[in-house]
Amino acid sequence: MNDQVYFDEMLGTEGTVRRPYQPFNTWFEGEDPKHLRAKQREAEDLFRLTGITFNVYGRAEAEERLIPFDIIPRIISGREWQKLSRGIEQRVRAINAFLYDIYHGQEIVKAGRLPEQMITRNDAFLPEMIGTRPPGGVYTHIVGIDLVRTGPEEFYVLEDNARTPSGVSYMLENRETMLQMFPELFSRNRVQPVSTYPGDLYNSLAACAPEGLGRKPTVGLLTPGIFNSAYFEHSFLADEMGVELVEGHDLRVEDGRLCMRTTLGYKPIDVLYRRVDDDFLDPLTFNPDSTLGVPGIMDVYRAGNLTIANAPGTGIADDKAIYSYMPEIVEFYTGERPLLENVPTWRCSDKESLAYVLDNLKELVVKEVHGSGGYGMLIGPTATKKELAEFRKKLEARPGNYIAQPTLSLSTVPIFTKSGLAPRHVDLRPFVLVSPKGINITPGGLTRVALKKGSLVVNSSQGGGTKDTWVLED
Amino acid sequence: MNLTIRHITRYRFEEPVNFGLQQLRKTPKSRHSQNVLRWDTSVAGGQQSLSYTDHHQNTVDLIEIDRGAQELVITCEGEVHLDDNHGVVGRHLGPAPLWLYRRVTPQTKAGQGVRALVRGVSGDTELDRAHALMAAVAEAVAYEVGTSESDWTAEEALSAGRGVCQDHSHVFIACAREMGLPARYVSGYLMLDHTTEQDAMHAWAEAHLPGLGWVGFDCSNCISPDQRYVRVATGMDYHDAAPVRGTRQGGALEALDVEIEVAQQ
Repeated sequence: MNDQVYFDEMLGTEGTVRRPYQPFNTWFEGEDPKHLRAKQREAEDLFRLTGITFNVYGRAEAEERLIPFDIIPRIISGREWQKLSRGIEQRVRAINAFLYDIYHGQEIVKAGRLPEQMITRNDAFLPEMIGTRPPGGVYTHIVGIDLVRTGPEEFYVLEDNARTPSGVSYMLENRETMLQMFPELFSRNRVQPVSTYPGDLYNSLAACAPEGLGRKPTVGLLTPGIFNSAYFEHSFLADEMGVELVEGHDLRVEDGRLCMRTTLGYKPIDVLYRRVDDDFLDPLTFNPDSTLGVPGIMDVYRAGNLTIANAPGTGIADDKAIYSYMPEIVEFYTGERPLLENVPTWRCSDKESLAYVLDNLKELVVKEVHGSGGYGMLIGPTATKKELAEFRKKLEARPGNYIAQPTLSLSTVPIFTKSGLAPRHVDLRPFVLVSPKGINITPGGLTRVALKKGSLVVNSSQGGGTKDTWVLED
Repeated sequence: MNLTIRHITRYRFEEPVNFGLQQLRKTPKSRHSQNVLRWDTSVAGGQQSLSYTDHHQNTVDLIEIDRGAQELVITCEGEVHLDDNHGVVGRHLGPAPLWLYRRVTPQTKAGQGVRALVRGVSGDTELDRAHALMAAVAEAVAYEVGTSESDWTAEEALSAGRGVCQDHSHVFIACAREMGLPARYVSGYLMLDHTTEQDAMHAWAEAHLPGLGWVGFDCSNCISPDQRYVRVATGMDYHDAAPVRGTRQGGALEALDVEIEVAQQ
């Protein structure tokens, strides 16, 4: 696969610097590499410091969790972004309409556009949500759409994260660091800001509060606690929004509302941004052994006295088997052709597809339907014979558990290495906020980069790093 | 026929309760051939803080136990009008889709016992087979009060060969689903012929049959419910339709006392 040509976002396929990168390139060529190397180290130190500040209670873990940062920004033109954001907005609208339908009339199933078993056999389907309308009609208040690029105009959606997309704190920290390290770059380039995200998140959540409150809604952020790998993001976001960071034991149901313990007694919470999974949310309704949630919270929710973001049961929309139906889903609910492409996907539950996948295993990427984080997947072209044989067995034993996709020629963006700039594969996770007032997409998002030469896996758990992502004002 | 029902549940705690919640599904349904004329739930030692209708169209009340309470008394009282429908409840009304009732739950999971029982069931129509199943369940699981555990699964009741109405219902539901029929659990009241005083609610099962819709099967009495049966809550299994689900901090239970009165007007 090394003879394959990849689209480089800085140099294109011809090797001439593309327009969005030109001012950056001029600056870069005038810089002393030694100086930049020092800056790279400084940036890493800065991250370590912030990381530790955010993990006072779990220092050892915090260091483990540091995700490598690369100082070369990924640059997207305003025109490219406009096109992308239209597609993202369309997709997110469709996902919300889909969730409403799945928990109400299931018209898409009745219309024959989605096989019934995609819902009936789906563990993420929550019967408790049937007939429940979330406040404001919003299911996915916060969405992360994972995109990859294969050419100047070719973008694909790799995954929809509709449960609890994480990583937004890296987007914010990366920009903050770049502003501190290279302020001059931001006077040469007109980069659209991302710093409005915490305020936008707060406003968007508050706009989804139960109707008829008659007062300013109180927002809280529920974390599983300091041992959760994303705890630093939870505390960071609560801090930035100026809302309380709470754990299950800080909360209880009082007078039919969710309340948090304060020095002045219990005070109601109207909107709960929860980073606790559905199953652990309420021991009275779901997993009775959970100590991370709040007994009775689902009763408060179903009585309409609380907004839970994202709504319980949204996981059904980001299942990888459902993903393969996203083009149909977008068309069904918006009446429009999807603006963003899906990666062609073979559902191994289908006999013919399974046969194709088994015949072409070496060329394909195979993923578990319910997996995430880059675990449990097979990358055909780089897999060993043993890995291929193992996956063949898994596929034959439980075909419905897998989907397969072609290995995409992911675009590259340069990273800063000892020997100068070197291309590495990237993806992009823009963050989307949904409220009855509208859909808000922060320009850019989190760029994840596979730091290992030739690697296509960008997940931080698999040795990926991150970059600041610029969307230019054209 | 009109039935009056009075159901008092008294909890006494060893020490004052610090915090406690109860999720109640104790209000009869006004659906199909049953009409609730009046119904009232009152609470002493706590407050009813909210109410909603769940996905099985059950009325759910949340009770918050008073801080420091040593006794909680829940009194449900009312009158229900019933028409005899010979066990036929009727067509499926939402919002839950019918396929939901084909889903297996931990308490209604089919194993060897359920599959063996299903193999022995025969009949010309689905209705015949469902009646044959009711008889088979009654024969396989002897009705014996106080010999089963409340968290038994259908398989556990089958291998023990004894149980109460809850176990009968679980076995019937597990078998019906195994036979491809949507099935559900019903908790409710049954008027008895010889007495108005009772100490427990009753439970039975319903299967969805072609042309008829939902039909009730009470394996414990080997009949399809008539106008002596009051449907209160429905669900996938006992856990889903339970009259009470609760949680408490402090206040270990000292005594539980239940008085039920079902009388014809």
